[in-house]
This record gives sequence, C-alpha cells and structure tokens, in this order.
Amino acid sequence: MSGAVVDPRLSPARAAPKKGLSLSWSDPRFRNIVWQVLILGTITAIVWYLVQNTSRNLAARRIATGFAFLGRTAGIPIGESLIDYDPAINTYGRALLIGLLNTLKVAVVGVVLATIWGTVLGVARLSKNWLISRLAAVYVEVIRDVPLLLQLLFWYLVLQGLPAPRNSFHPLPGVFLSNRGIKFPVVEWEGPFWWALGALALGILGTMAWSRTAARQQEATGVRPKVWPVALGLLVGFPLLVWGALGAPFAVEMPALRGFNFTGGATVSPEYAALTLGLVVYTASYIAEIVRSGILAVPTGQWEAGGAIGLRSSTVLRKIVLPQALRVIIPPMTSQYLNLTKNSSLAVAIGYQDVVSIASTTLNQTGQAIEGIAAIMVVYLAISLSISFLMNWYNARIALVER
Amino acid sequence: MSHSTTRTTAALGEAAHDPVPAIAGIPAAPIAAERARPAAGPFAPVAWARANLFNGWLSTAVTLALIYFIARWAIGFFDWAVLHAVWSVPQTDAGPDPSACRDAKGVGACWAMIGDKYRFILFGRYAYEEQWRPAIVIALFIGLYAISAMRRFWRKELLLIWIVALTAIGVLMWGGVGGLAFVPQDSWGGLPITLILSTFGLAFAFPLAVVVALGRRSTELPAVRMLCVLYVELIRGVPLITLLFMASVMFPLFMPEGFNPDKLLRAQVAIILFAGAYLAEVVRGGLQALPKGQYEAADALGLSYWKKTGLIILPQALRLVIPPLVNTFIGFFKDTSLVLIIGIFDLLLAGKVAITDPVWQAYSTELYLVLAVVYFAFCYVMSRYSRGLEQEFRRTARR
Repeated sequence: MSGAVVDPRLSPARAAPKKGLSLSWSDPRFRNIVWQVLILGTITAIVWYLVQNTSRNLAARRIATGFAFLGRTAGIPIGESLIDYDPAINTYGRALLIGLLNTLKVAVVGVVLATIWGTVLGVARLSKNWLISRLAAVYVEVIRDVPLLLQLLFWYLVLQGLPAPRNSFHPLPGVFLSNRGIKFPVVEWEGPFWWALGALALGILGTMAWSRTAARQQEATGVRPKVWPVALGLLVGFPLLVWGALGAPFAVEMPALRGFNFTGGATVSPEYAALTLGLVVYTASYIAEIVRSGILAVPTGQWEAGGAIGLRSSTVLRKIVLPQALRVIIPPMTSQYLNLTKNSSLAVAIGYQDVVSIASTTLNQTGQAIEGIAAIMVVYLAISLSISFLMNWYNARIALVER
Repeated sequence: MSHSTTRTTAALGEAAHDPVPAIAGIPAAPIAAERARPAAGPFAPVAWARANLFNGWLSTAVTLALIYFIARWAIGFFDWAVLHAVWSVPQTDAGPDPSACRDAKGVGACWAMIGDKYRFILFGRYAYEEQWRPAIVIALFIGLYAISAMRRFWRKELLLIWIVALTAIGVLMWGGVGGLAFVPQDSWGGLPITLILSTFGLAFAFPLAVVVALGRRSTELPAVRMLCVLYVELIRGVPLITLLFMASVMFPLFMPEGFNPDKLLRAQVAIILFAGAYLAEVVRGGLQALPKGQYEAADALGLSYWKKTGLIILPQALRLVIPPLVNTFIGFFKDTSLVLIIGIFDLLLAGKVAITDPVWQAYSTELYLVLAVVYFAFCYVMSRYSRGLEQEFRRTARR
C-alpha cells in the first residue's frame, strides 16, 4: 500500500495549504508544540528529581550500582535446574539464567497443555449433550472467578498432602506420586537418539516439501497425490531406521525406593507440578471461551457450502472452517499466552524458583534492587515481545487478504 | 446497523483483552434457542432428555458415565462438607479444643476452624473491639457497588456519592476523629484491604486511564502519544508482581530522605499504575468503537477539543466500555491477592496467617474453600451484571 501512487485528489484537505509556523497562541501547531514541550519538560524534571533522590539514597546506604554482581558467586541454593549449577561456584548471572529457563519451562509446557485442555473445554461447551456443555460452563465460570494465587496455593497443598515416598501412590509401573513430586521412568539418552532426532527434522522438511509438490500437482492436474504414506515413512520410518541402524539402544531407568527417597528416573517437583497445573487449569477456562467464540463465529452455512461442493467434512474443517475460526481465535489467544507467561511469576508464592523468585533472592542478598527488578522487567518484556511477534507473524499469515 | 454493532463489540473485546465481550458479541442464540425449545411431544421433559442427553448410544453412554461420577463426587462432598463435618468445638481455658476435628480428619470438614477464626480472616489484626468499623466499611463498599450498578444513578451525582463513600471509608478505617480511636494502617487487614486496594485502584486509575487513552489517540501531539504508548506497553508487558516488588523495594529509594510512605500506600500506587494501563486500553477500545461521524460532527459544530471530548465523545465512549470495564475490575479484584507476596494483609494472607495457629494448621483445605467462595461471590455477581448489561446495550443499539 505504501508504495502505491496516491491520487492527489484523494489526499485529505487538511494537507493542502502549508503555511509557515507563526509564533502566536492562535496557531494550533504552535500551541501543540508548546504543550508538548511543557509536558515533556515536566516529566523530565520529575524523572531527574527521582534519579537525584535515588543516587543520594544509594550513596547514603552504601549500595553498589551496576551489574558487576552478576559475575559474583551466588550462593543461592536452587532446587531444580535444566543446566548444571553449584551454589558454591556459580555466579548470580548463571542463577538468573536458570531462573529464566525455569520460567520458560513452565510457560512452554503450560501454553501447550492449556491450549489442548482449553480446546477440549471449548468444544465441550458446544456439545449437543446438555450435561457436557453445562459441566464445561460451570468449570469455566467457577475457575475464572477465583484468584489464580488461591488456586495455586490449593494445588500446592494438594500435592504436598500426598503420602511420603514409602506409601506413595503407584498408578502405573514405574510411576510414583508422593509428596516429593512425581517420579517416572526415563529412557537413557544416548548418541543414536540425537541422530534419530536429526532424522526426524529431515523428515519434517521432506514432508513439507512433498506436500507442497502435491499441492502444485493438484493445481496443475486436479489430482492430489497421496501425502500420508510418504509422511508416515519420513516422520516415523526414517528416524526409526536411523536409530535401528545405529544399534537400537534402549535402556529405561526405573525409579526405585531406596530408604526414604527415590533413586533413578526423572522427577517433576511438587512446586513445578502445582504451578503448571494451576496455570493450565486457570488459563484453559479463558481459552475455552475463545475457542467457543471462534467456532461460533463461523456460520453453519460454511459447513453446508463445503459439503455442497463435495468436500469431505475433514477437508471442510481443515480448509474452510478452521482458517476462518483461527482468525477470530488468534488475537485473544495471544494475550492469553502472554497472561500465562506473566502469571508464571506467581511461582514465588509456592517456592518454585523462576526468574522472579531468583531475582528477588538476588536483590535481597546484594541490596541492588534496581538492577534486580530491571533484570526481571527485561526478561518479561523480551518474552512478551517475542510471543507477540511470533503470534502477529502467524496472524498476518492467516489474516484475510482483502482486495 | 447490525454490522456496526458487531464491529463495536469485537473492537471492545480486543481492547479489553478479555474474551468475554467478544464472546457475548457472537450470536450464541441459535444453539441456545434450539436447546431451549423442547420438541413438541406428549411429555416435554422426556422429549427434551432424549434430544439433549440420550441422543444416540455414545451420548447416552457419556451421559450415564457423567451422572455416575457427578453423583459419586457430590455424595462424597456432601458427606465430607455436611454430614461428617465438625461445626464447632468446645472452648477450653487453653483455647479451642480441636480433638473432634482431629478425629474427623479425612472424613469430615472442620468448619469449627472458620468459626473460631472468621474475624481474623475478615479483619486481620485490626483492633478487636473496633472491628465493627471494618465491618461497616465492607457494607459501605457493597452498597457503593450496588448503587453504581443501578442505571438510575448514572449521573454526575454518582461522582459525589463515590467521593463521600470513599472519604467515609477512610475515616472509619483510620479513625482519630469524632471519638473514633486511631488505628494505624499497618494493622489493617482482611477483606477491607482487598476491597480498598481494588476499589481505590479503580477510582484513581480510571481518570488516569481516560487521560492516557486520549493521549494515545491524539494525532496532534506525537510526543504525548509516544509517552502514553510507552507507559501502557511497559506496564502491560511485565507481571503485576514486578510492580509490587518495585513498590516494596525500589520506591523507598526514589523518595527524598525521611519521606517513607507505608507499604499499603506503595502497593496501592503500584496497583493504580497497573490498572491505569489496562483500563486505558479498555477506554481506547471505546474511543475507537465510536463512529467517526461523531468526531466529525463535533468538529463541524466548531467545538473545541475539550468540549468535543467532554460533551460528545467521552459520554458515548465510556458508556460503551462499561461491560469490559467491569470485567477488568473483576481481574483487579482477583489480582489484589498478589499483595500477599509482599506481605500485605489482604483476605488471602489473613487466611493463611489464621491457619498458622498450631491448633488449626491441618485444615487449609477448608480455609481455601471458604476464601474461594468469598472471591467467587464477588466476581460472579459482577460478571453476571456485566453480561446482562452488555446484552441490554446490544438490544438498545439494535433498536
């Protein structure tokens, strides 16, 4: 649009007469400039005053400034981290990085699970079965009207109320639920798995290329070659083949009770489980409404029209209904994803060490409040901006192109 | 006409970042209408059940399974919460004797804990003999909400009512005049704190939000617009916790020496700034939803900017945003519970502290349930109200 030649007759009338700026109060442009200068000046003065106060206070309390503390040894014990950490050796910088990774761990898992659970609920609310739709409606109404923090405290209480490891619940072989968290078996990670992952990535690329070829062929000839056998082979067969060719290693590490605690296997801590559970349960109630409105926004006529031109109902869903529903769904969904990420900061109330929790410990230890809070703000602004950037890009891709 | 109405609600919904208005804007009627009208038959309920509960074998199976689980759960809950519950325990010299609760643990609820602690949960550490004052404050708040909800009172006088009520609330809480004993702010607690933080938050954030929304829409003052955008996006990009931390640890650094406002006031300022950014977006939604002709007509009459805004634009735009405004307020009401993290005695923290009493330590579930009911009662009534109002607006807009 911006590159188009604009018809001069269409340009607004206001732009036409261009007079010089007169220094009189009756010239609106002059007035505007004066006002802006005044407002900016006032705000600059306030900020200057606060900065002065702050530097005087910092000097009086002998608080250091700057980010040098990031390089000092932290000494913060951290319960769970995705990367190696030793409080005696590692620095504040690394502790904050671990906090960031922990936040992302909650946010990513939470967003995926909340989307799935929210979609299920949203569809359930539209169910023809009265009981299902009422149940979903009651869920949404109740969960929305109770503060998230209260819910998190409740879930944490429930998970802590589980029996001790000795009497833990044992629903599936190798899975233990106790007040130390959830224990489950893991496959021991070895070299060939990396190769298989690489093969999977190649398979995804290959499938995408093949489906594009298929679409082109369909446009040219009207006949769409089958995609799914190729996709199956590339996505499942190829990685399996690579893994098998490298010796097919497979060893499962089972958790087992030794003394008072478990050894082996992987753990989901009660804090992480409570936080994720609470966020998913809460956010899903909002996502359910979004999904419901998205589905309702597509008129029934679209389904009928798709059927009338002979499309299968799965094709109608994929090619006609979903693209239109997504247009309604994506923008509010973005803000829910952002909310979930921001709400993960409530971790501090139940003792999960996310970035806010670690930063607040840091600022208590070092006294450098400004730097600590600046770090939190930068992290969240970066996360918020990248989520909205990603979702805006996706939204622009699926948006209606109007002529 | 119907097209413009839909656009209006959609714009509002997007601005509020709350799905409720957008959803309510979608005609949910077809399905509801279908459901509401039972098929004509000899006996309507049977036909209704056949159509909505036992429509096909899958539906029947799901219905039966759900009925089974709901019934089992409901009976279990009734047993726990009513049949086997302990409603009161004997008082001894050493305080309440919780042995009855201990015996019923796991089988029945211990409501005796609430009976023993309800005043602490509701009023926190407020001086015991003076607790009738926060009780009146709670009643005043509820009255204030009720009056503001009535359309009969949507006049300029409402502003006066708010000022009078908020002043009365301040006098009652602090005291120190007219024979009331002075109660320092750091011993306030419980439900009044939750109500104060959210209501005062709204009262002060709203004018700020209107100014910021107008600033963000101004085309003539680019510098002001940039400032408003910066403020709104910065605040909305970070969690409320950050602002509360800022209020509790950074704010004292900003102030001149010797000036140290107490924690509640600092948290209140943080909540106002937070609420202002979100409300500004809601108001901006209303400003955008107003047809352009209204602006142009005001310009054509030769009205000045402030006359145009005050007499033409705002009265219409603000009326449009009342439903999303209520939804945002529900959000703040829930979010005030976050002040627990910086150690302010709101309803939630008062409850948590109440059960640190060694006698009642084991009964958190009961406490959380009661707190959830209190929060739910407030939020549910407000959300119902906002939905009803929205439907009414849509009806009048269509007429």
